[in-house]
Amino acid sequence: MAGHQTYQEQISLVFKGLGILGAITIVEVAFALFAKGHIIPSVTFGKDPGFGHVIYMLAMIGASLYKAYFIIFYFMHMAYEIRGLVWSVLFPLLLLVWAIIAFFQEGTSWGRRREFVKERNELPAQSAPVGRPQGYLLLPGVLHG
Amino acid sequence: MAETSVAHAHDTHDHDGEEPELWEGGQSPFMASYGKIMMWYFLVSDAFTFAGFLIAYGTLRFSMPTWPEPDFVFASFPFVHAHWPLVFVTFMTFVLIFSSVTMVRAVQEGHRENQRGVVFWMFLTVLGGAVFLGSQAYEWTTLIKGENVSVTRNPFGRYVADGVLVDATGKEVVENGLPVTVKKNQSYLLHGHEHNGTIELEKKYVRYIDGQYAGQTKAVEEGPKAFGALFFFITGFHGFHVFSGVVFLAVIMLNAMGGVYASRKNGYEMVEKIGLYWHFVDLVWVFVFLVFYLL
Repeated sequence: MAGHQTYQEQISLVFKGLGILGAITIVEVAFALFAKGHIIPSVTFGKDPGFGHVIYMLAMIGASLYKAYFIIFYFMHMAYEIRGLVWSVLFPLLLLVWAIIAFFQEGTSWGRRREFVKERNELPAQSAPVGRPQGYLLLPGVLHG
Repeated sequence: MAETSVAHAHDTHDHDGEEPELWEGGQSPFMASYGKIMMWYFLVSDAFTFAGFLIAYGTLRFSMPTWPEPDFVFASFPFVHAHWPLVFVTFMTFVLIFSSVTMVRAVQEGHRENQRGVVFWMFLTVLGGAVFLGSQAYEWTTLIKGENVSVTRNPFGRYVADGVLVDATGKEVVENGLPVTVKKNQSYLLHGHEHNGTIELEKKYVRYIDGQYAGQTKAVEEGPKAFGALFFFITGFHGFHVFSGVVFLAVIMLNAMGGVYASRKNGYEMVEKIGLYWHFVDLVWVFVFLVFYLL
């Protein structure tokens, strides 16, 4: 509850929130446009793979997490709830850390297998081996094209 | 008394007064009311739902060699025929931030038992939600009608390597006397046209000059199909939350106008509860904005 704040403090919280969330959003979008070459065409570290891209992503994720923190703790008054409620709401969300690690790992490996299958599919067809083939499953007609 | 029976509507069932009522024992857990605690736990479960969707987006995106570039896809603006990357979604974000701020004001006025203040600020909040929904309708219409994105079709993609555009016979496409070159990771949109009632995407061919297809001519394919499905399902699920939030806000605003909460004398707790939900909708948008538009 925000009962121990004066009315003036509450009003100033509103303007502070508007300022913080608005400023972060503008900085995020401006940085995105800059990093993806919309302001200086030769600057594209925001989309080319590499160290710059990692920095770009971490900056964006960090800024968004700060916005989320501000909304939860000040707009939703989590900062004024007692500790048990804070923990019982936020602690379960830690499960998502593992979900992100596990699923992104899965996605990456899925992508590698997809590439592998594609490469194999695009190999030129090999002519049928001469002589008696070994280690092939002989299906009628397959090797007599 | 009528007031107390409304305030404790969940335990008004008859009891003779001699048996101790279990739920009337001590303090409520966490010093918060039943309704507020349950709203928090509903939001936790909803957060897991959204997180599941967004993680699925990340998983599929990681599994694809290329993915459409958001600042290329989301670049239209109403009444302007220009390429304004991310400007419109930034506007939508600000609409939600403003409606979150007006919601905070409504809750604060509720604590002061100021009925006119609650109704005024809730009205602005409803208005913000409606503007957001309208903006989303515009965004969807542009993608579906203008650019032919659907849950199974995605005309947005990126070239896998440098090359030159050629026609179906292998002849170089010439524009202003020069061959048209494409760069690795450059975005494209395959324009569609209607043919016998179905949308057909234009055919484009590229002769690659490097990468694994160097020297070969290949048709430009649709981008990852999952993009459209993920976009419409996730922003649609969020939009549905906004829509139901607008409905609940409107109902609670009308109740506040009619004096329902003033008679409860509990600092307009109902406004506080719908406020939690409304801030959560804004919170989810922070992450939808992050993964769909910024990364």
